[in-house]
Amino acid sequence: MMREALDQWDFVVAAYAVGIVGTLAMVAWAWIDMKRAEKRRAESRRK
Amino acid sequence: MHGFANPKRFLTLASLLTPLLLVGGLLVSAAALYWGLFHVPPDRLMGETVRILFLHVPAAWLGMGGWSAIAIASLVFLVWRHPLAALAARAAAVPGLVFTVICLATGSIWGRPTWGTWWVWDGRLTSMLVLAFLYLAYIALAQAAEREGVSARIPAIFGLLGAINIPIINRSVVWWNSLHQPPSITMGKSAIDGEFLAPLLVAVLGFSLVFGGVVLARMRALLADIQAEARLRRRAMESA
Repeated sequence: MMREALDQWDFVVAAYAVGIVGTLAMVAWAWIDMKRAEKRRAESRRK
Repeated sequence: MHGFANPKRFLTLASLLTPLLLVGGLLVSAAALYWGLFHVPPDRLMGETVRILFLHVPAAWLGMGGWSAIAIASLVFLVWRHPLAALAARAAAVPGLVFTVICLATGSIWGRPTWGTWWVWDGRLTSMLVLAFLYLAYIALAQAAEREGVSARIPAIFGLLGAINIPIINRSVVWWNSLHQPPSITMGKSAIDGEFLAPLLVAVLGFSLVFGGVVLARMRALLADIQAEARLRRRAMESA
């Protein structure tokens, strides 16, 4: 019988990488986009 | 509740809550993942891959929770015409999509060593994939409605109709034969041992706080864009 030699930790590390990178990228994008929009609003008040 | 529909009052509260929810949520999530990764023993059947569930389950919960938030905010917008409710629905779409994609990806990675396959076209996985496509369609529709100056009622109606998929996802493992296990946590009951349940609940709390922080940040961004656009347009009309 053939058996695949899978290291379960490889899958755990891959899943954590996807989840952590995805979450941090979303938080960074939401924060930067919010700051950009609020700066644009402040500039439109000054003009 | 109607008091918070005032944009000025909302912004005062959101300025305080956004960094609190984001920083607090990231810290709680990091602690839960560290707990699940290094302090929880391997499961009797799943082995080390049980640790993936500390990410997969909160992501699934927030993928479905995100669309539930869209449906509730859309209903509030359609009934009471609060513009902030329409913004809240739009703001929940991107984080909802991100968590749905994380749920699908981590589930697929978990499935390979556990089920022996990356993907099966069963009720739970397929209805979750449908949810990801519904998010994409909602985001495109909301952007098109804003660009073309069409009423925000169209994406709101779509948000309400799409909610039909949420009970289908929830009951899919009961209605159809599936490789996916039946619900482990139901109202007041859990089939999960306390050693796994405690970090799982902390992870759900942490990621929910992050979700809340991202929704508030998106609402602030959308509101600022609308206000800047309105001011520039008014100025252009005055000078013409």
